[in-house]
Amino acid sequence: MSQFILHKANTRGHANHGWLNAHHSFSFANYYNPERMHFGVLRVLNDDLIDGGMGFGTHPHDNMEIITIPLAGAIAHKDSMGNSAVIKNGEIQVMSAGTGVSHSEFNANADEQLNLLQIWLFPNKKNVTPRYDQQTLDVEARHNNFQQILSPNTDDAGVWIHQDAWFSLGKFDAGFETEYKIKKAGNGVYAFVISGEVTINGQVLGKRDGLGVWDTDSISFKANTADAEVLLMDVPMELN
Amino acid sequence: MQTTILYIGRDTEITTVMARLLNARSEWKGICVCSDDEAISICREQHIDLVLLGNGINAGCEKALREKLTKIKPGVKIIQHYGGGSGLLYGEIMTALN
Repeated sequence: MSQFILHKANTRGHANHGWLNAHHSFSFANYYNPERMHFGVLRVLNDDLIDGGMGFGTHPHDNMEIITIPLAGAIAHKDSMGNSAVIKNGEIQVMSAGTGVSHSEFNANADEQLNLLQIWLFPNKKNVTPRYDQQTLDVEARHNNFQQILSPNTDDAGVWIHQDAWFSLGKFDAGFETEYKIKKAGNGVYAFVISGEVTINGQVLGKRDGLGVWDTDSISFKANTADAEVLLMDVPMELN
Repeated sequence: MQTTILYIGRDTEITTVMARLLNARSEWKGICVCSDDEAISICREQHIDLVLLGNGINAGCEKALREKLTKIKPGVKIIQHYGGGSGLLYGEIMTALN
């Protein structure tokens, strides 16, 4: 029998630093909730609003798969591997921190707010060689469809990471119904509602609500409002 | 009472960041090193509450470190630190200590 955990948007951790208004679905920085440490290998889901021109100066990371999805605006990224790029809405960025990497992230626009999701997954192996990638996604392909944007496979759709995880993004018309089949036995799905209202396995979810479902092969999905947009994170439930 | 935390990692930049972050909190005292021998020596000489294993420590070194540190300080908590001085640090330490 499937199990689930519901994280309503207003129960997330919140930190307003002025230039950065952050909501944390799981414990992060000074937000510590022992009940909100991770969902399987999904450890961080931050919903950040960053003022124009502001951002995070150079800082290091290691042994994490870090995925950044801009929802509005654009982010300027520079790292110690020599990458310098701007990632905007409709694109996805991935960084395997592995043995260690330093990077900076700033709002690329001075006069526009940046909204991004930053997602961290525990890797399936430690101390890999750091790597960086970004991709432009075909936004039209997610209309009434869960478009795969990340997988463990180098030759599959979307970016790839060092973990048996699959991410999908979908944007749906009101009333659209479908079923999502979990990609690998033992994985669970964490659904995060970017906009609109949806029903997943009978649970009604609003904007920025999260629902984790596991011990199941699939989930049922229905969009209740127009332009309902959802990110599905299909991740191993066992930590490596 | 201060909690003494020993961090062992291979990246000097991350080790420096870890020392800054750990010692920024009055309730923690952070000792951060890149060498296993130095870590073992510190463990022999000082009280240690918690050991964080950082980046770049291969499986063989990790096994040896865990065995040696546990022998010197039976019962000491040894955990993997993920993220490299990141937003995970506080949660990792709180979870380990509680």
